[in-house]
Amino acid sequence: MKILIYGYGNPGRRDDGLGVLFAEAIQSWAADSELDYICCDSNYQLNIEDADNIAAFDIVVFADATVEEAIEDFKLTRLQPSAKQSFTMHSVSPEFVLDLSARLTETPPEAYLLHLRGFEWDFMAKLTDKAASNLTAALEMMKPLLSSAEEYSLATTVDLLNNYCR
Amino acid sequence: MRKITIEPVTRVEGHGKVTIMQDDKGNITQTRLHIVEFRGFERFIQGRPYWEAAVVVQRLCGICPVSHHLAAAKAMDVVVGAGAGDGLTPTGEKMRRLMHYGQIFQSHVLHFFHLASPDLLFGIDADPAIRNVLGLAVTPEFTDIAVQAVMMRKYGQEIIKATAGKKIHGTGAIPGGINKHLTQEEKEQFLNGPDPMNIDKMIEWAHAGLDLLKGFHKANRAIIDDFAFHESSHLSLVRKDGALDLYHGVLRAVDTNGNRILDDVDYQDYLTYIDEEVRSWSYMKFPYLRSIGKKDGWYRVGPLARMNTCDFIDSPLAQKEFELFRAYTGGKVNNHTMHQHWARLIEILHSAEEMKRLLNDPDLYSGELTTSGARQSEGVGLIEAPRGTLFHHYRVGEDDLIEMANLIVSTTNNNEPMNVAVNKVAVAQMTGQREITEPMMNAVEVAIRAYDPCLSCATHALGRMPLEVTIVDQDNNVIDRKLR
Repeated sequence: MKILIYGYGNPGRRDDGLGVLFAEAIQSWAADSELDYICCDSNYQLNIEDADNIAAFDIVVFADATVEEAIEDFKLTRLQPSAKQSFTMHSVSPEFVLDLSARLTETPPEAYLLHLRGFEWDFMAKLTDKAASNLTAALEMMKPLLSSAEEYSLATTVDLLNNYCR
Repeated sequence: MRKITIEPVTRVEGHGKVTIMQDDKGNITQTRLHIVEFRGFERFIQGRPYWEAAVVVQRLCGICPVSHHLAAAKAMDVVVGAGAGDGLTPTGEKMRRLMHYGQIFQSHVLHFFHLASPDLLFGIDADPAIRNVLGLAVTPEFTDIAVQAVMMRKYGQEIIKATAGKKIHGTGAIPGGINKHLTQEEKEQFLNGPDPMNIDKMIEWAHAGLDLLKGFHKANRAIIDDFAFHESSHLSLVRKDGALDLYHGVLRAVDTNGNRILDDVDYQDYLTYIDEEVRSWSYMKFPYLRSIGKKDGWYRVGPLARMNTCDFIDSPLAQKEFELFRAYTGGKVNNHTMHQHWARLIEILHSAEEMKRLLNDPDLYSGELTTSGARQSEGVGLIEAPRGTLFHHYRVGEDDLIEMANLIVSTTNNNEPMNVAVNKVAVAQMTGQREITEPMMNAVEVAIRAYDPCLSCATHALGRMPLEVTIVDQDNNVIDRKLR
């Protein structure tokens, strides 16, 4: 089984870097724990080439900052493919990446989005205290899930992740 | 009087909206494209050490960070006495060029294959849900185009990663040069990697993209030639001998008749020639040529402008296409807005050819990385970003801290041209219309899109942009509203 943690956002814009910092923290932890089935990647935003990048994995967990007030700290959701696109024009959603991957490859991964609540978006490479706390909480939730995948089948791991989806 | 507003919402910065005013008879009396340009960055960077600029400026934009990275590095080359763009070591300049052409390649590919070609292949009136690369992927006759788009983007991204060091906040370009060589393994991968991830396949697909556009153009002259057509001046960097050069050169501008109105000037003196007008209704400034004046001194930048200002292209396949492009207007200035796409595809091909030439250059794999000279207090760095000419200007104190920064981004340079294009479309599509239809919204979107504007700045979490269309009467009562 291969799992990709893909964080996106701009770490130079304060809490917008939550997704990237999550991926970097998982990368460091997975290396120390010798969990070589976990790979990590990050970028400013998602784009169409990510449809190919995720195709080599069984499970992908995207991590992104969110402004949604309904999310107190973080939330994991299971992604469904979707062609919906915004006027932003130069980036695409994780659902779009998943949909494109499904169309162009034979084995699209199971995909999830970890929404990490952020608060400030200034030009600064430092999280707010509240965002840093949310990052810590999300890491504490995800690490046991990811390490347990070493023992379980893909189906079981997906079930475990689904149980944490809200 | 009725006011029609096309407004993306939930934006803190970088947002844009279109306001179209009609009189009681349905005539279009005024159109305005509002884009909120974020200016705070210039203040933010004051007080920081000059050597941080090339990395820090990437916080500004997550869409074209490489352009800001290189423009800032070029300005700081001047500050460290390494000259303005052409004083670097061969390795320093060629590694930066490879980074830049990789970026141009992937950015133009995204624009044409993901955004523009679906408009053409499915029609401007088609459902927006299918007018993207996913629509191509699910349509059997176009699936190959979708695959090409994905893999060409990936190739360009890998070039950037190899030259800039990493995808986020790359550190490759430093004041006076570059901080790494390319490895022989990377050379082999980029030149001879398994299909499709090799440069010859990229060149082949770039050519195929051009054939796709030219075929569509042949069958649909009216759309490509007439849509949002307007006359204008054009500005870009060109190489000193007049060749297309996206990394470095002198500033040249031509008017709509092809007369030189800015004749190959040193961009260190850009303030002598260019000024920016502030208009009360817009946060974004309006640059213009001082010699012409505020009213008529505006100009276009970007691929179409570059095809109009340069004399030739120094790569064989792109040069052939350039000759066809210029021949279409009989050698005269090309003012067909939708020919931006044609010009963009020629630049995709040129970028692929340039990447191949650079990858075969031994200077990428050995040689001095940096140089320096007498310290200067001020530097200007210009580059032809995917969307057009990008200006970075810094003044640095004796304490090495940045005292002043001024940026003119490509989308700002295209502010007036985009307003004019929107006006042309609005008059053609909305005169006498009481409701905004989806095809009308699409037409406005396509006119703006031809310039590939950067409407979204770095904070993508705030930058998701639905498109809202609102019609109000003279008393601001909402008559109609549509959300996309």
